[in-house]
Amino acid sequence: MEKNGKKRVIIELKNVFKHYSMGEDVLVKAVDGISIDIREGDFVAVMGPSGSGKSTCMNLIGSLDVPTKGQIFLDGVDISKLRESDLAQIRGKKIGFIFQSFNLIPNLTTLENVALPMMFQGIGFEERSSRAMGFLKLVELDGRENHYPNELSGGQRQRVAIARSLANEPEVLLADEPTGNLDSKTGKIVMDFLEKMNKDGRTIIMVTHDPDLAQAYADIVYWLKDGKVEKITRRKVGQKKLDKELVESIADSGVDGLRRPRESSHAEVLGKRDEVD
Amino acid sequence: MISDYFLLAFKNLKHRGIRSWLTLLGILIGVMAVVALIGLGAGLKTAINSQFGVSSTELITVQAGGVTMGPPGSGAVNPMTTDDLRIISNVNNVNLAAGRNIGTLKMELRDGTINFASVGSLPKDKEERDFVYDSFGTEILDGFLLSGGEMNEVVIGYGYSVFSGEDYEIEVGDKILLNDESFKVKGVLAKTGSFIMDYLVLMNDEPLEDLLEYEDELSIILVKLRDKDLLDKTKFDIEKDLRKFRDVDVGDEDFVVSTPAASLKTVNSILDGIQIFIIIIALVSVFIGVIGIVNTMGTSVVERRKDIGIMKSIGARNSDIFWQFFIEAGILGFVGGLIGVILGTLVSVFGVYGINYQFGTELLPDINFFLIFISLSGSFCVGAIAGIVPAMNAANQNPVDALRG
Repeated sequence: MEKNGKKRVIIELKNVFKHYSMGEDVLVKAVDGISIDIREGDFVAVMGPSGSGKSTCMNLIGSLDVPTKGQIFLDGVDISKLRESDLAQIRGKKIGFIFQSFNLIPNLTTLENVALPMMFQGIGFEERSSRAMGFLKLVELDGRENHYPNELSGGQRQRVAIARSLANEPEVLLADEPTGNLDSKTGKIVMDFLEKMNKDGRTIIMVTHDPDLAQAYADIVYWLKDGKVEKITRRKVGQKKLDKELVESIADSGVDGLRRPRESSHAEVLGKRDEVD
Repeated sequence: MISDYFLLAFKNLKHRGIRSWLTLLGILIGVMAVVALIGLGAGLKTAINSQFGVSSTELITVQAGGVTMGPPGSGAVNPMTTDDLRIISNVNNVNLAAGRNIGTLKMELRDGTINFASVGSLPKDKEERDFVYDSFGTEILDGFLLSGGEMNEVVIGYGYSVFSGEDYEIEVGDKILLNDESFKVKGVLAKTGSFIMDYLVLMNDEPLEDLLEYEDELSIILVKLRDKDLLDKTKFDIEKDLRKFRDVDVGDEDFVVSTPAASLKTVNSILDGIQIFIIIIALVSVFIGVIGIVNTMGTSVVERRKDIGIMKSIGARNSDIFWQFFIEAGILGFVGGLIGVILGTLVSVFGVYGINYQFGTELLPDINFFLIFISLSGSFCVGAIAGIVPAMNAANQNPVDALRG
């Protein structure tokens, strides 16, 4: 599939601000005037040091949060002005979330977890169960449908989360450090699934610390710092992957505070499966 | 969609700890008390009525006032006498007036066991004696009733035939000593369920007079009416004539004229008191139950904050979250009510069985399906109402904050 600038814009952030006041006179400018276009089918990586506004940015794109100022268009609809219940419907239908800590509901089985987003869209029990089975098959977890999350390994849980994110056939998948709690081997399996989803035409937006991940999978990398877009790295036409040297050089020097995480971020994984980020 | 909320609520309840279920005790006890109370219904009334010796016979009893604890008439200040009996006999509409004496005697059995027994006299006149037998509302179980004139024979209540001493029960034909005089047991009365009646010894007036020497005094006078519809009027007339004869003013009577209706009223007011008491307990229990559910649901919202965030991130509206917690609280209440209904029904079934056994009645427990339906739906509603505030709390969580856990 060819990826170029002619495709439809699916997410558009127009001069978006998100400011919090902490205490009496401390104003946190989590997102400070960001404008981004994301086109259908793109694999976007958002990188930046802690506190750069990555998470807030994801929450805004995912319509979990509304901006203080500016507009966010999701598939042509301005979501910055919607009411909570409409936002919930839109995010349920258009966006699939994948979290670092998997965020499965512990009291529900694998199948029920995957079927849950469909329930909130009013799809009946039979249909959503059979569709959920299909998604589980897609992430190669058929046979585990009656297991509870605590009976699965980290990698399996993340695959369940991917299956769940696909539930309502969303156009956009938002992945927040999807491999952050996984060792590099299971991390790669998860990333390969994401890549497969991307090849099937889904737009993927991934927050990551790991320049290697960004380099290996993303078409475009947005480098954030202090709530602003500091740099955009695009894959050149005809290139299969981002320029490795370019990504690494930015990671090494270009953006302050960005770690080289290869040694650290994939380590100590198995011990901290459900840790809150 | 509603069924989905039930599904989620069930899943979550399945994973609840014992702590959550303990909060159901309040609703459980409340519902159980009400179901048991109504289930026992008629049985409870029968039990209390017979315990207080209220018979259905339309008779008037007259006793001296100032009666203290103990058998009727025993503590009278100014006792009834045969003169009073004569006055009463002459009252309009009185068919028959029978005087009786009741006293406490030392009872010694063949095996040496010593009891104190309430011994009642039977009138000499056959018609009066039959009337007294009638007023007991019981029959002879074994042997024969006293026919009058027996000087050394007694009839005993059912209680003595099943329990008198250590390994010993009195039978027909046995000899017992009453105040050291020997008497032969001629008959045993059938069971009444009343403690007083089942432990009564009956003998003719003459031998009892020999033992107690009450001369012309009477413990109690039983009055039979010609026209039963004039019960209240006759009672009024007897009171009037006795006041005149005994020279007392209205309100200062040293005697008591009672009718079954009056006794029934007393008993029923006791029963009402018991019922009100039980209902108050039930209400307090349900109130405690509500607090318990509010508490456990509130805790649950905090514990499942992250789940709420997750559900919101995958498209749950505020109302989806609200209904889920609301229904979960309702189911908690319902389960409490269900266990309460089951236990309450068991209590009424076994209670009525016990009453039947004790009083020889053939009552059925009053299992009211409408009441059960009301109890169950009421419990659900009470639980759900208790869940409103926690459910609103859950629904209004900010998704970003909730996701952080």
